[in-house]
Formats: sequence, structure tokens, C-alpha cells
Amino acid sequence: MIELENVAMSYGGGELLSDISLQLAPGSFHFLTGPSGAGKTTFLKLCYAALMPTAGHVRLFDTDVRAMDRDDIALARRRIGVVHQDVQFLDHLPVADNVALPLTVSGRDTLDESVNLRELLSWVGLKARADALPPELSGGERQRAALARAVIMSPDVILADEPTGNIDWEMSQRLLQLLVELNRMGKTIMIATHDLNLIRAAKGQVQARVLRIAGRRLQLAGADL
Amino acid sequence: MKRPDFSQVADFIVGDAQADRMVPPTGITARLTLLSAAAMAFLAVFALALSVATGRMADRWGEELARSSTLRISAPADQIDAQTQAALRVLEQTPGVASARALSDEEQRALLEPWFGPDLPVETLPIPQLIEVIETADGYDAQGLRLRLSAEVPGAVLDDHTRWRRPLVSAASRLRLLGWVSIGLIFGAMAAMITLAANAALAANAQVIAVLRLVGARDSYIAKAFVRRYTLRTLTGAAIGVVTGIGAILLLPSAQTTGGFLTGLGFRGAGWLLPLVIPLLAALVAFLATHLAAARTLRELP
Ligand SMILES: Nc1ncnc2c1ncn2[C@@H]1O[C@H](COP(=O)(O)OP(=O)(O)OP(=O)(O)O)[C@@H](O)[C@H]1O
Ligand SMILES: [Mg+2]
Repeated sequence: MIELENVAMSYGGGELLSDISLQLAPGSFHFLTGPSGAGKTTFLKLCYAALMPTAGHVRLFDTDVRAMDRDDIALARRRIGVVHQDVQFLDHLPVADNVALPLTVSGRDTLDESVNLRELLSWVGLKARADALPPELSGGERQRAALARAVIMSPDVILADEPTGNIDWEMSQRLLQLLVELNRMGKTIMIATHDLNLIRAAKGQVQARVLRIAGRRLQLAGADL
Repeated sequence: MKRPDFSQVADFIVGDAQADRMVPPTGITARLTLLSAAAMAFLAVFALALSVATGRMADRWGEELARSSTLRISAPADQIDAQTQAALRVLEQTPGVASARALSDEEQRALLEPWFGPDLPVETLPIPQLIEVIETADGYDAQGLRLRLSAEVPGAVLDDHTRWRRPLVSAASRLRLLGWVSIGLIFGAMAAMITLAANAALAANAQVIAVLRLVGARDSYIAKAFVRRYTLRTLTGAAIGVVTGIGAILLLPSAQTTGGFLTGLGFRGAGWLLPLVIPLLAALVAFLATHLAAARTLRELP
């Protein structure tokens, strides 16, 4: 699905990430941890081609990102749902339209999917806020809307950057539940998080691998979290 | 060559209501774009009318210029025939003269009729004999001809129309050129104005564009929302401007055009269709300008 081979990344200064290799197998469940500023967001951006690696190869669905043109990247993003750390919406459109945005821009009929959309909104607890505008949402509501937007296309891969950063434990559990269920349906999941409790909670339900970025490298963290 | 696909043009104009909603409406830029397009089109109508009218004038004068000059022979009645023959001989030998012909009495009478009436006894009056001289394309040396005539035909006066018409023709041609240059400048300014407006809109909607891109929108989808807006807006504005401009020309007091120096500022016959090209051209300019601006902005995004 997503494959990194000896990838290095720098923003112009020294290397932030070095010699990273990883294959996200279909149906796998990964957590990504590491201290703030270690490069978790950077790593995820490499995975949806928002950044190009400074060395090595990133392959999305078996195609090297350097060989993809802009339309190829757009098409690949329809198969990768992303919850961004700094979630942004179209502030002039209501939440429901924002959640359906990936369907709209890929030319799918949103009417066909309206049942789906309503179900999803109630899943993330935003049914009552469907007609609100994004600037009217709380931080947690924004993150839930972002998750809903990330999964509406039923993508093959879901990348979530701190999806539980602003929400309480109960809601975190519910979001995790949603992701676990998606994983059981065969989706590949990667969650960047500081929240060790979340990781522990997940471990009871799925076989999750925990990756840690430390010292510019990606390591498989021990099972003793 | 690819045949133009008109269904695509129709799609473009009808548009995708969904895609259109993606970009928030922009009140003031929209109205300013419309207004400037209208103003530019209004000016373009006048520049076009000027070019067409001066073009018509230059052509007409140019034609007459090529035609003729006149030699007038005034002499005592008994010498006039001899001098006429002498003048014709001189003219025959002059390089640059295509033909020369003495006007008959009937023709001279016809020329004088508007002033003296039909019953004028031309034969008995001491009116000068006129010789019509047709030049070749290169023309003749008027100065040289005058010198020769003064030696051989003392009663001859060369009336060279070209001397006063030629500068007028070149002024008219210059005016026509100016008209076309103005049209070029107007469209250039329109392109610059639309590029500025589109760039402002693209910058103001940077977040919208970034979000659309991140959720998997293609560049063409994003660009279309902007391009369509500015193209239709310019088309509408320019159409309003052209209609107003034509109206203003129709309201001009009509000038006396027959035979005068002035030909009325305006169009003739099918020429009235010419200004209708302006909105189409403006829309094309807007399309290209916005397209380039959008492509430039999108290229910067991941
Ligand atoms: N566009 C950028 N240009 C330059 N430096 C950047 C850029 N984005 C991030 N960085 C730097 O790269 C480092 C890693 O950033 P990144 O956002 O990947 O960290 P993170 O692990 O996600 O941190 P956090 O847990 O706080 O979200 C940071 O030191 C950051 O300042
Ligand atoms: Mg981060």
C-alpha cells in the first residue's frame, strides 16, 4: 500500500528523518509515537505525498511518488484518508458538506451517499451539528468532523495525526472503536499519537504495531507499553 | 487539428453547481471585475469605430488620389487647340503618366452645369480646356512637368490634387493604426486587470484551495471554479459595455458624410456586427489570464 525505502527528509537544515524503511501491509494497524518535534507529522506527510523525500523512495500503491504527476497524486489521495493535525475546512460550507467534500471533488453523487453521510455523522456525534459552519465547532468537534471526512470515501488507508488531541477519554475511545472497526473491514490504519492510554486500549482489540521515531530513525517499540 | 467540442463549451457555461459552491462568493471583486470589463469594452467599441471609419476614409481618398490630376489650358481662342495638342504631346512623353485625354465639350458642359445651368454655350465662352491626366502607380515628377509645360505650353496650369490629399490620407492611415493600437492596449489592460483580480481571489482563497487539494481534488477541478467565474463575469461585463457603446454611437449626431472630409464615426451594414466580437475576445482573454494565474498558484501547492 504505502512503502518507504531508505527515506531521508530534511527541511533544508539537518536531516530530520534518516534511512527510514517501512511497508504498510494491507489490513495492518500501526501507532506512531515519539517526542514532540520528532517528525511524526512529517512522516505522515511523506505518506500522502504532501512532501517529497530528500532521499530514498516513497511508493504509494506501487508507484514511486517522484514518477507521479499532480493528477496521480490527487487520485492516490482519494484512496488515503487523512486526519490532519491542524484540521482545515471550507469555512463557508456547513459541516455535512465538508464531510462530503472528498465525494464532491471526486465527482461522486453525494445524494447516493447521503444515508452513509448521516450514519457517519451520528457515529462521530455530530448529527446535531451537521448544519453548523466549521468555525462554530469546538476543537474536539473539528477533529471528529475531520475523521468523518477522512473515512467517507472508504479509503484503503487511513492516516490520523493526533486524532484524539482535543477530545475526552470517552470520545477518544469511540473514535478508536471506529478505526478498529474500519481495520476489521480490511483498512490499513496508522495513528500518530502521544496518548499511551489510547495505544494500550487498542492493544486489547487489535493487533497493533507501535512505531517510535527517536534519533531520526524509526524503531519498532517494545511490546511493554 | 482537433475539432472544437461545443458540448464542452456548453458544460463550461452551465457549469457544475457543486464545484461552484466550493469557492466562497466574492462580492466586491466580482462587481469591480464586471465594471472594469464593461468600461474596457465600451472604450474598445469607440476605438474600433475610429479604426473602421478612418480606414474607410483612407481607402476612399487613396483611390481618388490614384485616379487623376488636371491640366488646365487657358489661351486665346485661336491658340487653344494648338496648345492642347502640344500639352498632350508633352504628357505622352512624360514618364509616370499612364494616359492623358482632353475633355470633350459635352463633358466640360456637364462639369459646369451645376453652376451655370444646362444651356450654357460652352463653344462661345473663353473657358479653359481641361485635360485629365491619369498617373501610373509610381506617379510623375510634378515639378519637372511644370517646368517643361511652362516652356512649351505657356497657357497650361497643372492642378495636382495629390499635393493636398496625400498628407490627409497618411493622417487617416495613422489614425487607423492608432485605433488598432488602442484596441490592443485595451485588451492588454483588460488581461492585466483580470489577472490581478484572479490573483487576489486565489490568494484570498488559499485555504480553500489547499483543503480541496488535500482531499483529492484535481488541479483542473479547482482551476475551473475560478476560471469559469472570471470568464463569465468578463463576458457579461463586456457585453454590457458593448451594448452601451453601440447605443452611444447610434446617438451621435450624424455627420454629413457624402464627399466631405469627415465620414461619420460608426459602422456600416455588416460592420455593426464587428463590435460583437469584443465580448467574445474579452472572455477568451479572461479565460487565458485566469487559467494561467490558477496554474501558477496550484503549482506551488503539494
Ligand atoms: N515546513 C517546515 N519547514 C521547516 N521546518 C519544519 C517544517 N515543518 C516542520 N518542521 C520542523 O520539523 C520538525 C518536526 O516537525 P513535525 O511536525 O513533523 O513534528 P511532530 O513529531 O509531528 O511534532 P508534534 O508531536 O508536536 O506534532 C520540527 O522541529 C519542526 O519545527
Ligand atoms: Mg505533529
